[in-house]
Amino acid sequence: MKVKTSVGERTFDVINIIICVLLSLSILIPILNILFASLSDPLEVMKRQGLFLWPVKFTTQAYHAVAKNPNIISGYSNTIFIVVVGTTLNIFLTLIGAYVLSRKDVMFGKFLTLFVVFTMYFQGGTIPFYLTVQTMKLTGTRWALIFPVAVNTFNLIVMRTAMASVPDSLPESAMIDGASHARILFSIMAPLTKATVAVITLYYAVYHWNSWFNAMLFLRKKAMYPLQLILREILIQDDTSVMCAGGAEGLAMASDTIKYATIVVATAPILAIYPFLQKYFVKGVMVGAVKG
Amino acid sequence: MNQHDASAVETFTLSAKLRRDWTRNKSLYLLFLPVLVYYLIFQYGPMLGLVISFQNYKPSTGFLHSKWVGLAHFKDFFTDYYFQRVLFNTLKIAFYTLVVTFPMPIILALLINELKSRRFSRVVQTVTYIPHFISIVVVVSIMMDLTCRDGAIPQFLQIFGFTPVTMLNEKRFFVPLYIISAIWQNVGWNSIVYLSALTAIDAQLYEAARIDGAGKIRQLFSVTLPCLLPTIIIMLILQVGRMFNVGYEKIILMYNPLTYEVADVISTYVYRKGLLEMNWSYSAAVGMFNSVVSFFLVWFTNKLSQKLSDSSLW
Repeated sequence: MKVKTSVGERTFDVINIIICVLLSLSILIPILNILFASLSDPLEVMKRQGLFLWPVKFTTQAYHAVAKNPNIISGYSNTIFIVVVGTTLNIFLTLIGAYVLSRKDVMFGKFLTLFVVFTMYFQGGTIPFYLTVQTMKLTGTRWALIFPVAVNTFNLIVMRTAMASVPDSLPESAMIDGASHARILFSIMAPLTKATVAVITLYYAVYHWNSWFNAMLFLRKKAMYPLQLILREILIQDDTSVMCAGGAEGLAMASDTIKYATIVVATAPILAIYPFLQKYFVKGVMVGAVKG
Repeated sequence: MNQHDASAVETFTLSAKLRRDWTRNKSLYLLFLPVLVYYLIFQYGPMLGLVISFQNYKPSTGFLHSKWVGLAHFKDFFTDYYFQRVLFNTLKIAFYTLVVTFPMPIILALLINELKSRRFSRVVQTVTYIPHFISIVVVVSIMMDLTCRDGAIPQFLQIFGFTPVTMLNEKRFFVPLYIISAIWQNVGWNSIVYLSALTAIDAQLYEAARIDGAGKIRQLFSVTLPCLLPTIIIMLILQVGRMFNVGYEKIILMYNPLTYEVADVISTYVYRKGLLEMNWSYSAAVGMFNSVVSFFLVWFTNKLSQKLSDSSLW
């Protein structure tokens, strides 16, 4: 039924739209500012104190400089290695873990679930974690960014919930036909829960792409640094003075646009895949899924 | 499986049960083995590693042969000059996160839900989710760029008589910037959960409320919020559990010696003491204090919400 809208409701609608527009702008403007500044003339970037809402004297020279920076190139390839190998291992372990935990007639199933879920609420903390990784002789290798984070408990539980909602009759009839558990998992369960698998793959990949802290803890050689740690060095650590003071020499002048271009180059790949997976998000963040 | 006290019959049935379970599910247990090994090494290993909080751990002697010192490190921490500072800062940031950051996604979800145009609501959602995918390193550097002396924000505030300063070097701006950037990054993403709970509310409830003469505001308090409550409570419990682990990665990126006084929290203190100054045992003890307090906070909040409502984590 259609209820005629009162003045109060119409005012609310207008205010609501204004709030949503302002919020969206406050999110988009800082991002676009980086993009447009990276495409502007370095001299303009240095002179200007406000925001860039369009490129001024369009140039891509900052990107040429970024493409020549050996640290960024090695950072990129390290990050790609970690994302590909790390996410593959994540998905493999999460699938088998979730499959076993989702089976109902396993005597120790409850215990194993508790065993896993407990780690969400109690952790050893940074120092023992660091020492464990060191004991495992992973420090100084890229595996230190892969094995210690091989399973994320939250993702495992979300995956388990998705698998538990598949009707029992499907795996059971495959069992009768003589299929092994591995076979059932990879040719029945995984395809049936592919929306959740997609979301979790995205979560893991984004995690690996964006993480820097473990790399800072465990890596010594710059040649192994992932992109985010290189970014931290360029953007935050040494160069804040240059970024803020503006610098007088030509080098400092160009460095601002190079910084912006670095941010764009490091962020664009993740933002490019996100729209394709957006429709699955809701499935991945169900709260009910976390309940033990 | 302790079989000592069990009667003969029970022992028989238990071992028979075990044997049957093993023959039937052997391959499942084997399949789980890699996951089990991961959890034992990298999740439970560090928990065992907490024993070093009761020792004077040295890498050369390892935790098997280091000297035991009982609660000495805990005592040191509680009497430490920095104890009050880091505890107070942790509680302060946790408080603002809970009171300011936490309600924002709920409000945003309610606003998006009220938008009449589907298309516009889709756009708002897409835009607000974006920052969640941007790395914390980039978020902090965008913030630094915008808030440094020549940056857009101090320059803009100049209009209102504000003297431009590099805001992240100022104690008074640290917590506000931390909170605002956290909202900027996560408000959209965290609203997804509430939006999906909102769409699950039965439209008949609203219709019934309207027939009873309830206006929009009355509907909000009598239909929408009660229906959202279970989701809110679960998110709140999870939030409380994270409270003591305030985003230390972000703080490490944001703070500098000028702002330690307001920015240093327990977990950043652990990081500096342990990994930069190599006080392994002391910082492990501080970290353990943090973990134990977090665990009891979750447990307590969960108990409380079991008492007050039907929603709980376990």
